[in-house]
Amino acid sequence: MASPSTTPRPTDAGGPRPVLEAQGIRKQFPGVLALDGVALRLFPGEVHALMGENGAGKSTLIKVLTGVHPADGGTLVVDGRPHAFADPLQAQQAGISTVYQEVNLCPNISVAENILIGREPRRFGLIHWSAMRQRAAELLTELDLDLDVTSLLDSHSLAVQQLVAIVRAVDVSAKVLVLDEPTSSLDREEVAQLFTLVRRLRDRGVAILFVTHFIDQVFDLCDRVTVLRNGQLEGEYPIGELTPVTLVQRMIGGELATLDQLSGRSHEGAAVRAAGVPFLRARQLTRTGSIEPYDLDIHAGEVIGLAGLLGSGRTEVARLLFGADGADAGEVSIEGEKVVLRTPRHAIARGIAFCSENRKSEGLVGELTVRENIILALQAARGWTRPLARATQDELARHWIEALDIRPADPEAQVRHLSGGNQQKVLLARWLLTAPRLLILDEPTRGIDIGAKAEIQKLVARLAGEGTSVLFISAELEEVLRLSHRIAVLRDHRMVATLANDDTVTPERLLTTIATGTDS
Amino acid sequence: MSTGIASAAAQLTRPFAAVSPRTRTRIPLIVTALLLVVMFSVGSVRYEGFLSAQVVLNLLIDNGFLLVVAVGATFVILTGGIDLSVGSMVALSTMLTAWLVESHGWSLATVIPLVLLVGAASGTLMGWIIHTFEIQPFIVTLAGMFLARGLCYTISTESITISDPTTAGIAQTRLYGPGGLFVSVPVVIALAVLVIAFVVLHHTRFGRNVYALGGNESSARLMGLPAGSTKIAVYAVSGLCSALGGLLLTFYMLSGYALHAMGMELDAIAATVIGGTLLTGGSGFVLGTAVGVLVLGMIQTVVNFQGTLSSWWTRIVIGALLLVFIVLQRLMSGRRPAAD
Repeated sequence: MASPSTTPRPTDAGGPRPVLEAQGIRKQFPGVLALDGVALRLFPGEVHALMGENGAGKSTLIKVLTGVHPADGGTLVVDGRPHAFADPLQAQQAGISTVYQEVNLCPNISVAENILIGREPRRFGLIHWSAMRQRAAELLTELDLDLDVTSLLDSHSLAVQQLVAIVRAVDVSAKVLVLDEPTSSLDREEVAQLFTLVRRLRDRGVAILFVTHFIDQVFDLCDRVTVLRNGQLEGEYPIGELTPVTLVQRMIGGELATLDQLSGRSHEGAAVRAAGVPFLRARQLTRTGSIEPYDLDIHAGEVIGLAGLLGSGRTEVARLLFGADGADAGEVSIEGEKVVLRTPRHAIARGIAFCSENRKSEGLVGELTVRENIILALQAARGWTRPLARATQDELARHWIEALDIRPADPEAQVRHLSGGNQQKVLLARWLLTAPRLLILDEPTRGIDIGAKAEIQKLVARLAGEGTSVLFISAELEEVLRLSHRIAVLRDHRMVATLANDDTVTPERLLTTIATGTDS
Repeated sequence: MSTGIASAAAQLTRPFAAVSPRTRTRIPLIVTALLLVVMFSVGSVRYEGFLSAQVVLNLLIDNGFLLVVAVGATFVILTGGIDLSVGSMVALSTMLTAWLVESHGWSLATVIPLVLLVGAASGTLMGWIIHTFEIQPFIVTLAGMFLARGLCYTISTESITISDPTTAGIAQTRLYGPGGLFVSVPVVIALAVLVIAFVVLHHTRFGRNVYALGGNESSARLMGLPAGSTKIAVYAVSGLCSALGGLLLTFYMLSGYALHAMGMELDAIAATVIGGTLLTGGSGFVLGTAVGVLVLGMIQTVVNFQGTLSSWWTRIVIGALLLVFIVLQRLMSGRRPAAD
């Protein structure tokens, strides 16, 4: 066995022979050795978790397995035969299919076509439409899904699109299914639906590689775990040998102190903060079709959590405060003075900063370096006629790379080569540099690993301690509860409650409020 | 009250948000078809001799070449690309045909396949460059546009009139139907191209890949579809169609000239867009393109019947119409600016 010496004894899981076995996989990117001698085994009929912090090499490994990036070294054996994939099609033909975090289907064609395109049944060289619709309907029924296969994919929710993507992937090749962060944009019920589907596929003998940053889900669903750290294999374990704490320890290398510090709530002093003139006061602020009129006070040094399901209007609340969307009615005052936040420029001038949940499309410029991305907002605030001196730029970039532990610690690295968590930190650095009075964080911890998550949570607590107000949007109730002084709950585009976060607020109470719209 | 204004504003920017996505893609085509009917009805009421089947057939006779070119443009636009070289390719085809037939005495049977091959090959080359070097199609086909137009002048700066009896014979052939109605040979060819294009787009894997590519290119690639070859192929189809369009124009004009088909790429794009194909790709119908061509022809016909208007009014009306349709497309896309 060419496995690195760190590998714990190989464990038997199910079948006699793995359907997929990777050994000594190496992948070099410009300036980064992303994978160094990584091994992975998948057995038929198991759900196998691939865990690791951001930048540990999970995404790269998946891309190597699925033919998106060719490996620079190592062997890949699928079904007893060696393979080197040059593109996703070859990987699919060998029996490996992938469903990515962002749904990779075509919104403009029907559900049936999305499942079967590339493999359409044909008659006389032409597509046999009725056979195709029938086949698609059969595949959906087999997995207990009920959809109109002739409807356009675009008319379905993201969760349903994800399920369609899985149906496609399984039909393409039923040996190995790679699920890359499939749950990060789903709500609880949709996750349950997804898991049912995954279990059904497992029982059919499909090997499933499941990548997630939700620790609970690993213990809910998976049989074995492979942990990566810093581009290297940390080990492979049956789930029974791990507890959540030991798993996290394996992932971050024993630096658990970061999490412990945050285990208690940090909302002491909430009452003090809530006194006096709020930094920002919104009254009956609304935008038709996106959010019903809401009132919100944000005091200096206060963390307001926004809780609610995906699509409940959390982002919309924030966008109005940042001027990204224009309000139809209502008023906003900042430190008692009435203001109109018509565009983000107005909001930035008032000391409001907004970290978007779409860090790629609305925030970072992937082709620019870490340094250039960090100084972007500050430079914009100064105006482009007064460029920052290069020495100042270098100084600032170095400072924030160190302060937020951005890796690789190279100010000249292109941002697109960074992992998700590190990109998020670059975005945070950009806004912190402008010394905002109110920092709006929209899902700052989504899709990033537990270590980076803990650091970002710590940072929020520290900023609030220093007097910065934070509007914190997150789908994870535990996180909202841990950080917030007060929690505003959204449901169906309406702010249904604002709760002071004292000991009476439990995840259950929050869930009830989200589910029923009333605080019981 | 302010809520009333707000909902009115929302109505204005997203009037079709409630309509199902599939219906939404069809609205521009329905609007175009209605427009054609209205124009024909108004023309029939206002002008003597407008209300006749031959007027409709003449639309096809006068615009058959544009239909073929626009069908090619539809393939490209469905993938989200653009081909600006088609007008110049048409001119080059007329020039090449006239030159080889008149100055060199080649037979049409040799010239036609050669011209089609030149069109398809140059389309393939442009597609290959766009795909391999990941260059904006706008830039590559703009270069192709200058190149093809320039090549015309290397053949001759003057118009070459065709006196070859075979060519003239085909050009003047009228195919009669019931009631003394007639069409020309190019019309039949253009309609055949339309039917083939429809079958290809809706009933072959290549056609569906074209739609998938226009819907989301990176998804199409990750789904294992041959994104690269599909992309190259649509430019090849566009090149082939513009060469064929050039041949039809040669029959229509009985000459080859470097100044033929000036700006026809814009007419082809306009017809495609007015026919309901989204410029962003992924949504549209080739039959809609045919209706778009008929609308453009109808505008021309109305201007001719009016008699007092200068022919530039055709361009002005097309421009205005195009603007309206592009705004309509924007409304049709119906996407919300941000979602939680």
